[in-house]
Amino acid sequence: MPIRERLSGNEAIAVAMRQINPDVVAAFPITPSTEIPQYFSQFVANGEVETEFVAVESEHSAMSACVGAQAAGGRTMTATSANGLALMWEVLYIAAAMKLPVTMACVNRALSGPLNIHNDHSDSMGARDSGWIQLYSENNQEAYDNMLQATRIGEHKDVMLPVMVCQDGFITSHAVENIELLEDDKIKAFVGEYKPEHYLMNPKEKIAVGPLDLPAHCFEHKREQAQSMINAKKVILDIAVEFEKLTGRKYDLFESYKLQDAEVAIVIINSTAGTAKTVVDKLREEGVKAGLLKIRVFRPFPSNEIADALRHVKVLAVMDKAEGFSAVGGPLNADIRAALYGNADGIKTVNYIYGLGGRDVRSDDIETVYRDLLEIQKTGKVGADYRYIGVRE
Amino acid sequence: MPSALVEKYFRADKLPQIWCPGCGHGIVTRAIAAAIEKAGLDKDKVCVVSGIGCSSRAPGYLDFNTLHTTHGRALAFATGVKLAHPELKVIVITGDGDCTAIGGNHFIHACRRNIGITTILYNNNIYGMTGGQYSPTTPKFEKGTTAPYGNIDKAFDVCNLASSAGATYVGRSTAYHAALLTSLVQNGLNNDGFSLIEAISGCPTYYGRKNKKGDAVNMMEWYKNHAVNIAAASKMTPEALEGKFLIGEFKNSPEPEYTSEYQKIIDRMKKER
Repeated sequence: MPIRERLSGNEAIAVAMRQINPDVVAAFPITPSTEIPQYFSQFVANGEVETEFVAVESEHSAMSACVGAQAAGGRTMTATSANGLALMWEVLYIAAAMKLPVTMACVNRALSGPLNIHNDHSDSMGARDSGWIQLYSENNQEAYDNMLQATRIGEHKDVMLPVMVCQDGFITSHAVENIELLEDDKIKAFVGEYKPEHYLMNPKEKIAVGPLDLPAHCFEHKREQAQSMINAKKVILDIAVEFEKLTGRKYDLFESYKLQDAEVAIVIINSTAGTAKTVVDKLREEGVKAGLLKIRVFRPFPSNEIADALRHVKVLAVMDKAEGFSAVGGPLNADIRAALYGNADGIKTVNYIYGLGGRDVRSDDIETVYRDLLEIQKTGKVGADYRYIGVRE
Repeated sequence: MPSALVEKYFRADKLPQIWCPGCGHGIVTRAIAAAIEKAGLDKDKVCVVSGIGCSSRAPGYLDFNTLHTTHGRALAFATGVKLAHPELKVIVITGDGDCTAIGGNHFIHACRRNIGITTILYNNNIYGMTGGQYSPTTPKFEKGTTAPYGNIDKAFDVCNLASSAGATYVGRSTAYHAALLTSLVQNGLNNDGFSLIEAISGCPTYYGRKNKKGDAVNMMEWYKNHAVNIAAASKMTPEALEGKFLIGEFKNSPEPEYTSEYQKIIDRMKKER
């Protein structure tokens, strides 16, 4: 019987980590992810897990310790936010290139500066090209479920890549909501034991990890790494099917909400999808054909699947909680536009930057976006396609 | 009405500060302002730099040129400020986590170079802002939220660390011994090279509560009863010093300051060309 509980997003992640029982957790405190290692260190101290917990002196050391432990054949996890993630940068790429499936809980927070502790996506969006798989979560349940699936995805022999499970700082990390947990034994069976093919300190096979890789072979290794990311898409879907059998909860590369016959739609990531769904419901009652596409898997980016899902939409808004500074809008917009180009042309598309530095996003704001889309549909005029919502100008 | 000192050196409109009731940081920050007043510094020639943490909120309340930076890096930023403007008095406000964990490398190298920065390290023996995780100065076997049954790491003695790494002025005081703290900071400001003043500041919210140190008043009393000035310590027996800790001026041995040495090279090379 599933367990009904009330947990914050951070607690949900910590519980998932306890149930997975990794070999090593190395972490450094940073708001708003601090609670995860804090709850977890209590599990360690109480003997509820067999994990070695390493309270390192910085996030750079946290990720380095994870890489070392994972290279030595251990299942390894960490948690961080914002500048902590930025400080891990150098080692993020190394974890991915060494094919080490470290699992990270990333509690999204605005990356300094200005110095701010509240939510936006500028931290993990910057890490989108680091070679990590990125899963995003609307609420605590999805954060928990994604964390459970992340280990399986990363450790799959066709993948062997690190996975970042993202959720919105404070909004879902600290808000307590109802959640359905699985029993420990079911998680144990689902996640299984980590048995890497190659690892350090194996008396039967002495290997070198991380040596100099010059032009003779480096390109092939990067190509192989890229292939792992391509392979990840199928693995993510296969594991979602297995997870659904276990829990009844369905996961995909993204969620389509009343999108099938939608004429106006938005693409969005993480918690604001919940706000937007209530707006979609309201507009549907008015007879407006509104829909929503919520990204779950941002890396690997499901270009073709997204284009197929949006093909029939007349006017689209892509919502970015990270500034693009005169790129092709925010990072999500750039990828969505590229996915549609040549694949689903003719959709009038605008980009909104919203909620930076924790600016509250209300259903009224989202409704304004849909009303703007309806206006574009009516007049046929797109106007400015790089827009802001909720900012004082 | 704020006092004349507060009126002069604080951004009074930013008060009251956010520190917890009973936190020693307000006392330490006031002591810094008092030391600046006594040293007779020109307010516009002072730059206060901080990293991240409870201590690092202090420059938000201080009415100087202030630079709030990233976790652990205050000394690196401050080194840039000092090299760009050697005539400035550069003050770094940092904490035990900020300065000796994530920023430990910058700390030893700033000491080694003897660069003209006066560093006040607010030592509350814990990561306060993020909720009480043990830090490099949490005494061995004491508790933090990440060490619920005691920490097995050996703590840094930050004064010994600074002395060994090359700081030319080193002293320690507590939030209870505010007058001594003021004079140590004043002396540190008068030292051309790198000065480290450790200001022990009670955290009743996390360190105190986790380790059953009582309330803020109990913690203050503990400092009062357990701190021994180094001047008095030399006349005390080892038995009498058992369980005590030292405060006072530990090192005052001026050496050539980094930016002035740097300028000498520039001057010499200009002359030789």
